Amino acid sequence: MAAFVIFCALVFIAIFAPLISPQNPYDLGEIDIMDSRLPPGAVGLAGLTHVLGTDDQGRDMLSAIFYGLRISLGVGVMSGVIALSIGLSIGLAAAYYGGRLDAIIMRVVDLQLSFPAILLALIVLAVLGKGVDKIIIALVAFQWAYYARTVRASALVERHKEYIEAATCLALSHKRIVFRHLLPNVIPPMIVVGTVQVAHAIALEATLSFLGVGLPLTEPSLGLLIANGFDYMLTGKYWISFFPGIALLLTIFSINLVGDQLRDVLNPRLQK
Amino acid sequence: MVIVVMSLLVFFGVNVIGNPIDILINPEFDQEEMERAIKALGLDLPIWQQYLVFVKNAFNGDLGKSFVYGMPALQLIVQRMPATLELALTALLMAVVFGIPLGMWAGLRPDSVAGRTIMSGSILGFSLPTFWVGIMMIMIFAVMLGWLPATGRGETVALFGVQVSFLTKDGLAHMLMPAFNLGLLKLSLVIRLARAGTREAMLQDYVKFARAKGLSTWRVVMVHILKNILIPVVTVLGLEFGNLIAFSVVTETVFAWPGMGKLIIDSIQLLDRPIIVAYLLIIVFMFIAINLVVDVLYSVLDPRDPHRRGSGDRPGNPHGGDRKG
Repeated sequence: MAAFVIFCALVFIAIFAPLISPQNPYDLGEIDIMDSRLPPGAVGLAGLTHVLGTDDQGRDMLSAIFYGLRISLGVGVMSGVIALSIGLSIGLAAAYYGGRLDAIIMRVVDLQLSFPAILLALIVLAVLGKGVDKIIIALVAFQWAYYARTVRASALVERHKEYIEAATCLALSHKRIVFRHLLPNVIPPMIVVGTVQVAHAIALEATLSFLGVGLPLTEPSLGLLIANGFDYMLTGKYWISFFPGIALLLTIFSINLVGDQLRDVLNPRLQK
Repeated sequence: MVIVVMSLLVFFGVNVIGNPIDILINPEFDQEEMERAIKALGLDLPIWQQYLVFVKNAFNGDLGKSFVYGMPALQLIVQRMPATLELALTALLMAVVFGIPLGMWAGLRPDSVAGRTIMSGSILGFSLPTFWVGIMMIMIFAVMLGWLPATGRGETVALFGVQVSFLTKDGLAHMLMPAFNLGLLKLSLVIRLARAGTREAMLQDYVKFARAKGLSTWRVVMVHILKNILIPVVTVLGLEFGNLIAFSVVTETVFAWPGMGKLIIDSIQLLDRPIIVAYLLIIVFMFIAINLVVDVLYSVLDPRDPHRRGSGDRPGNPHGGDRKG
């Protein structure tokens, strides 16, 4: 339960970042480079107390983290939703139509799943270049397969149940059967996969940004903030990397915990 | 077949990302020199011809010369492979050596304080962003405490003609942090697997029988349960090994470890096409090789049911299928 509360708090912060940040770190008029690299708790030139210190450009870390959360969560969730839709459609189609379509789709899914996410994302980004939309494409590219596989597994189980047979006997259109009868029963395991995948996507995005192939500088996510701090790690200015990392950690951790708990709640048979 | 598809995709894709001519040839050359350089690099042929040249060379073991280093790409990658492999293997070893006991403990006593802590710890383990943990470790252990060296690889010693660093004390010191960093995710995975396996195994009849026979708990655990949870753990780890090698790009960047991963990141940034293409091909090849080995290993370890494979659920397919194209 605590995880859920944390998660909601993080989402709240992300949505309302501009309203609650002490400073807008991307408005060049508000930051002062003389403020740079202040340790946590120091007071800047404008009289603002930097609770978490400042980075090398003089931006308040707390505000930077809020804005960064926004981007990280936004990208993660959006790629999750898109991957969900794609995976859902493909998985349902594979389960419903069966036969060769199913075999082909599952081959593709398996191939994709055996390939490490990082490599896939790196290739996509190397080809497409930087930008928020391209990152989302890369993230979707590796996620849809998980959704597709889970959906297909559940759908196959449901497929052979009587209510689908009844619907077929009633000569309902395929589309109707799939969307109004099959789909609602396939949703619970998907929610679980969804939460874990979103966490994974956020982690991957941060890693890519850290490596320098992710989001551009104008839309910094938590990964980029950590990368900024990388240069200072040997001189002991830990706060530039430490706090964004904690924020990232909290986000991923809370999402994972919520997913774990959801799994137990939605499946009283207690499958491990 | 997978390799052919991959090579096609990568080759054309990389061609699209940027005109290497602009990047590599000094823009201050005059026109004539530029043309000479272009010809020398083979960039003046139409794309499909470049691809054919590439394939022909590939079969001869020549995967092109790096634009930046001027050395054959294959050689560059192979040179750095031992470093990466060393790191990956150590990480794997750490994950197994620490993971199995911890997981088994959590499985044997799931409701104890230790058991629960281990489980939450494992979730924490795979929520931690690897690169951040690496940075934190460097800060704490190298900068603040001064116990371990911060970056780079230690002294190497030649073993069968290959440079390895784990045989020197300095080498081990350098390797400790990166290997742990890389292995952390896998550690969490192994813990969870071992726990699940232990819990499942404990409910089985043979355990009850062994206990009824009067065998000591220790023996029951070590001999019977351990052997049976090894099967899923080994299979998953085998498959994840490729993943480990791929993920080493992050750890290598943080710790400045001179392996393949760092090479590929730099190459992407510098648009060093031959290296990117060669690297991807080699990785795909390694993957297929690893999958093959794991499949063989699995059928050796699990003589019961040759059709039981770990990859996904395919209820309609009685043979489990083979996944290699």
